[in-house]
Amino acid sequence: MSGKDKGSLDAYTVPTAPFRPGDEADFGGTWKEQPGDLSRPDPATCTTPETHDHAHGLIRVLGDDDSASGEWNPDLDAEELIRGLEMMMRLRIFDDRMIKMQRTGKLSFYMRSFGEEAVAIAQTMALDDTDWIFPSYRQPGAQFVRGRDMVSMICHCIGNTEDNIRGRQMPVHYSWKEGYFISISSPVGTQFSQAVGVAMASAYKGDDQATITWLGDGTSAQGDFHYGLNFASVFKPPVILNVVNNQWAISTHKNLATGGDNFAARGLAYDIPSLRVDGNDFLALYSVTKWARERARAGKGATYIEVYTYRAGAHSSSDDPSRYRPGDEFKCWPGGDPVERLKKHLISIGAWSEEKNAELTEKIDSEVMAAYKEACTFGDLANGPFPPASTIFTEVYEEVPWHVQEQREELGK
Amino acid sequence: MTEMNMIASLNSALDNMLEVHDNVVIFGEDVGYFGGVFRVTDGLQEKHGAHRVFDAPLAEGGIAAIAFGMGLNGLRPVAEIQFADYIFPAYDQIVNEIAKLRHRSGGEFSTPVTIRTPAGGGIKGGHHHSQSPESQFTHTPGLKVVYCSNPNNAKGLLTSAIECNDPVIFFEPKRCYRGPFYGDPHNVPTWKGHAKADVPEGHYSIPLEQAEVVMEGDACTVIAWGAMVHVAEQGIKNSGINAELIDLQTLLPWDRDTVVNSVKKTGRCVIVHEAPKTSGFGAEMSASIQERCFWHLEAPIIRVTGWDTPFPHTTEWDYLPSPERIAEAIKKTQEA
Repeated sequence: MSGKDKGSLDAYTVPTAPFRPGDEADFGGTWKEQPGDLSRPDPATCTTPETHDHAHGLIRVLGDDDSASGEWNPDLDAEELIRGLEMMMRLRIFDDRMIKMQRTGKLSFYMRSFGEEAVAIAQTMALDDTDWIFPSYRQPGAQFVRGRDMVSMICHCIGNTEDNIRGRQMPVHYSWKEGYFISISSPVGTQFSQAVGVAMASAYKGDDQATITWLGDGTSAQGDFHYGLNFASVFKPPVILNVVNNQWAISTHKNLATGGDNFAARGLAYDIPSLRVDGNDFLALYSVTKWARERARAGKGATYIEVYTYRAGAHSSSDDPSRYRPGDEFKCWPGGDPVERLKKHLISIGAWSEEKNAELTEKIDSEVMAAYKEACTFGDLANGPFPPASTIFTEVYEEVPWHVQEQREELGK
Repeated sequence: MTEMNMIASLNSALDNMLEVHDNVVIFGEDVGYFGGVFRVTDGLQEKHGAHRVFDAPLAEGGIAAIAFGMGLNGLRPVAEIQFADYIFPAYDQIVNEIAKLRHRSGGEFSTPVTIRTPAGGGIKGGHHHSQSPESQFTHTPGLKVVYCSNPNNAKGLLTSAIECNDPVIFFEPKRCYRGPFYGDPHNVPTWKGHAKADVPEGHYSIPLEQAEVVMEGDACTVIAWGAMVHVAEQGIKNSGINAELIDLQTLLPWDRDTVVNSVKKTGRCVIVHEAPKTSGFGAEMSASIQERCFWHLEAPIIRVTGWDTPFPHTTEWDYLPSPERIAEAIKKTQEA
């Protein structure tokens, strides 16, 4: 009866992760794919079959020697690259400060973007400023690109009196209308198909906004992933659909999200041009997103991208990855550290130096610290103050119905 | 008997079920190698094998559908939905498929699925890690709905749920995994020394459809389930009134005799749940009690519940029923 144990039938396959605690992680050194391997098709005319190799390969711009090359090189000027580096550094320092706040009881929970800083920052930089952003957990960095004030972000994470969503959601569930930034939802994946609807509305209105969305390798098992791809395939709205394959969904290895080894090629079967990109390569990420944005602008519909990366940190402040993977797995990842890679590239072209980098680190450190201190003046989790209890009852509906009003009066606060 | 917290007792129940029934399989997000985000399945994969305790892809709808199929074909699947708030992609499979299979196949097929899911607030989880959606399942004929409240009944009820030939939705009050919750966020006791932390080793079951009278009294019947059992206990103490506390344990079908006999005795009733009031299970209880006990009632039945709003993050203590609100309701029943 119990399958394999009784020897009657082979039990089904239960995949596991390639490396577990105590194992030595080995991803085979550097990528075999090189910058320049893949052509850059014309976004205005590209068909799905033309992206076959792009979905099965890996688009890179930054080589192992830190130089930028190949048709996908976006030729960004140094100023823009330094801006990207600055925001990635800011995100990392910001995340570290937030984790310290969580550990000292000043906020309830946190999720870092560690190791994936390039994803949201490079991709958002490649968009128009008014394009819609439907993030997953590790894209809060998009807000830096759009200029959100750090104090406001920290106030949300604390849920204090200055939280623009009134302490209603867990930390990291940022919502920011000015930046066209929609809150993530803890039930994962819902944003993916919603983004397609938003893009359909843009097309309907003819307003030239595109929509970008991300979900994780693990979440690609959800129905919403398939709904999104199929609606995007059928209606061809201006949407950029990204699967961030960072290998891990809490403890669930990507081997449990697919029986194969590739997420990008799924898009080919939906007849959507599909690309696979090194998610730790700032320039390649910028470039593929720009390409997808050009397709959207040309009215060619959706682009689907697998962002190939590694979740360097814990899933969240509640997670302990040492229980399910080797502690140093990230150090073996062939994609390296996205922040280091862009820094080295900038140094290699003479636009940056270790001294400037140290200065900038110090400057951001003090800015983050100042923002943190200012945010705490509006309340922290340990000491309050919080939004008044009356905010429980408001904005449930456009107007407060009698039964909710009655309950508000019953609470008497 | 061994002293256990609720995580250990649920783990003990699952371990025993895997030992006793070779057709029990356990799966869900992070439940295999890692042992679950709340550690409930810790060590079970190593002990019983990866094909019996395994990680599922992140797809609640898929998890429920796979459970349906496995249960139909002779297995006894125990699926975990990581948070009850995540159960809704599985709602169609549960409500339209799992719940109705026996009936719509004329009794030819059935599927003895158990779905375990941590529910309820008190962990600063905001609206997507705090909801208590029991009434969205008690409104579904074909399901049994269980809500444990302590280590002892967690094991006893989970064993019965798994051995039940009907599908069971099994809610675990996550706030009580490591200790009872008396409604004061600054008081964080463990289960150590609590009478209900004594849990039998080995096979241990508590019949479904059986409520437990936690505290006897004659002035008012207080009915609660999940974490609210402990909050209600505190509320009764605060009220100074000799109220009777009933832990409903199984919500569908519920223990009519225990409840009706108690209300006939006390003539007064307060129902406590943390889910929103409108269409909450308290509404069903209140209507049924009124139908059966009308001539014994001395005062209107009062519901003390979560508000009809999404569950908040920083203001959750103003959302959850508090001992003070419960005490006030009990006192109010004495005025009539």
